[in-house]
Amino acid sequence: MAHGPQPVMSMSGRVVAAGAVALAVVLALTLGTIVAVFVRAEGVGGFDPADWAALRFTVTQATLSAALSVALAIPVARAIARRRFVGRGALVMLLGAPFILPVIVAVFGLISVFGRSGWVSQSLMAFGYEPISIYGFHGVIIAHVFFNLPLATRLVLQGWLAIPGERFRLAAALGFTSRDIARHLERPMLREVLPGAFLVIFLLCLTSFAVALALGGGPRATTIELAIYEAFRLDFDLGKAALLACVQFGLGAAVAIVALRVALPSGFGGGLDRAVQRWDQRGPLRTALDASWIALAALFLILPILAIAFDGIGALATLPSQVWTSAARSLGVAAVSVIVTLLLALPIAAWSVTSGSKLVEGLGTLTIVASPLIIGMGLFIVINPFLDPFALALPVTALVNAIMSLPFALRALVPALSQIETQYGRLADSLGMSGTARLRRLWLPRLARPLGFSAGLAGALSLGDLGVIALFASPDTPTLPLQIFRLLTSYRMDDAAGAALVLLALSLAVFWLLDRGGRVNVDG
Amino acid sequence: MLTVEDLRIVYEDFTLTADFTVETGRKVAILGPSGAGKSTLLSAIAGFETPAAGRVLWDGEDLGPKAPGARPVSVIFQDNNLFPHLTTAQNVGLGLSPALRLSPADETKVEEALGQVGLEGLGGRKPGALSGGQMARVSLARALLRHKPLLLLDEPFGALGPALRVEMLDLVADLAERTGATLLMVSHEPGDARRIADDVVLVHDGEAHPPVNTAEIFANPPAELAAYLGDS
Repeated sequence: MAHGPQPVMSMSGRVVAAGAVALAVVLALTLGTIVAVFVRAEGVGGFDPADWAALRFTVTQATLSAALSVALAIPVARAIARRRFVGRGALVMLLGAPFILPVIVAVFGLISVFGRSGWVSQSLMAFGYEPISIYGFHGVIIAHVFFNLPLATRLVLQGWLAIPGERFRLAAALGFTSRDIARHLERPMLREVLPGAFLVIFLLCLTSFAVALALGGGPRATTIELAIYEAFRLDFDLGKAALLACVQFGLGAAVAIVALRVALPSGFGGGLDRAVQRWDQRGPLRTALDASWIALAALFLILPILAIAFDGIGALATLPSQVWTSAARSLGVAAVSVIVTLLLALPIAAWSVTSGSKLVEGLGTLTIVASPLIIGMGLFIVINPFLDPFALALPVTALVNAIMSLPFALRALVPALSQIETQYGRLADSLGMSGTARLRRLWLPRLARPLGFSAGLAGALSLGDLGVIALFASPDTPTLPLQIFRLLTSYRMDDAAGAALVLLALSLAVFWLLDRGGRVNVDG
Repeated sequence: MLTVEDLRIVYEDFTLTADFTVETGRKVAILGPSGAGKSTLLSAIAGFETPAAGRVLWDGEDLGPKAPGARPVSVIFQDNNLFPHLTTAQNVGLGLSPALRLSPADETKVEEALGQVGLEGLGGRKPGALSGGQMARVSLARALLRHKPLLLLDEPFGALGPALRVEMLDLVADLAERTGATLLMVSHEPGDARRIADDVVLVHDGEAHPPVNTAEIFANPPAELAAYLGDS
């Protein structure tokens, strides 16, 4: 009927209690750790030139990475949107892959392709040009574009496919040229989509640590995150680390506040596998142009991954046993991280949906701004008086990884749960299904898909994480990404390649299995 | 006896008032144009709306403090009456135990209820494998098991064809009579009321009028009903 009221949600006390506990854990870990760092820091010193350089580099590389990713995404997404070709579905799927690709694996692949002795440099030298360098400023930008061009392409592609097909038919009927279509349909869409895409990527690059650790460093390519790590791990200068942590948090918060007004796109949307039918884009030249954009983007994504496979497969048989033990360790950390992610995400999502409050979810996603290194450092300070933090490296890593996966899990769970409650909330209320009965008989079965997806994401992100573990690492209990990093820095390239291949396979398998697990046996 | 006492439900620009009683065991159709507030009235009785004023009582007991699941009420909605991930038998079993802890005796009762609505042996199917008419029967079987004195139907057969609709109406009337339940059914079809209702509550312009005998109201329709019925 027309006067539809807001559905009356049954807000059970247990939902509130569980949600409040989960949220308290998140707040303690994000804001509490910053406070801990501050309390422990004896006297915060001033900003020295190196810190200014780190700040400048962080903002510059994030701006450039985001701008390049978005700019390149426009022609690629446009080509994908309007062309049908064999492997189109696979390409769209591939665009989602870098998200769960471990940074250290991607870095290894990029070194193989763009490094001094990589394929691109070899070809350049064959024609008498200088080889390009993958280390330093260039490397950080290349790696960030590698990770974020696919994300940007997905976001822009979503925009293109969101233009109703009827509009393009109308445009064709009115005899629009390509320029008219661009003016009346495409540019208005891009004006809406691009700012959000730029901000998301800017935010992601702002807190980039592993890329900077592996490819950057030195006075000209150190991000704030890397500077925090160095202040803590190398100099044990807590005052400096706290100051930098504050700068990092402020920077992230400022961008996040801007981002709130722009409405960040999610990038997880489905239905990207259809093509827009166009009547203005016929002719061999235009087709060739689109084809080359698609080919270039695909090569840029596929070559580094292929390189890992090529370089790694030969080394698999002779991998040192530490690689396998660290792989097992990583799987254990990932398993704990998956469980903690779900244990935090589900109560927060439930509280958020039943109270209808955006605030709860907003606080849950606070972790986008928080830096895993700051959380790790804060935990180190809190734990240190009581226990040996290095002995707790793995549980702490699992916990911090879970916190970092939380925003993605919430983004998947909250809309799904809210839809479940709209559809079935009254029915469940009328049957007296509350508490555990509602959880077991309504929420869990109907949330299987987003839960599986969240678990897969949390598992893959944790497996590939090279952040907080680098802070706490003791020599004998590295995770697999840290092991690869150590092999890389000691120039044992063959072993590193083999280990990178193992990590790649594990990450994809874990994501696939968990995501798949949520899809079997679900009705309606 | 159902007592709706000086009830007022207010949304931004819309107010519904109702003040009437329904004797136990009557079958009442709630008629009126769409948007008049028929479903709102039913929602308030079921406990999904918090009234701005007034009370709803069953046999003298104020239902106000009771949550929807604790009221002496079974509701069948327009759609989404079944959980698609549960089997037919489980969907019916929810009427006995919301946590689905069913004893063997309970399971026998579920089978019997399915038999009474003509769905013998279909307990293992999921709603996706049922027709629209069968799904409506499953929700009736559950209402039967819940065995609440008040049965509320919110246009539940709107999506069914005419023949099936008549069949379901007869089944509802039959079940209500057998269990002695009081029936309140929202409809925009005068034919539904004529077929099974003893009385009609007319909802018009934000007011729910007290029930009037069905034959009487159609023989001598008030102006609002005449306008709604048109020339027929």
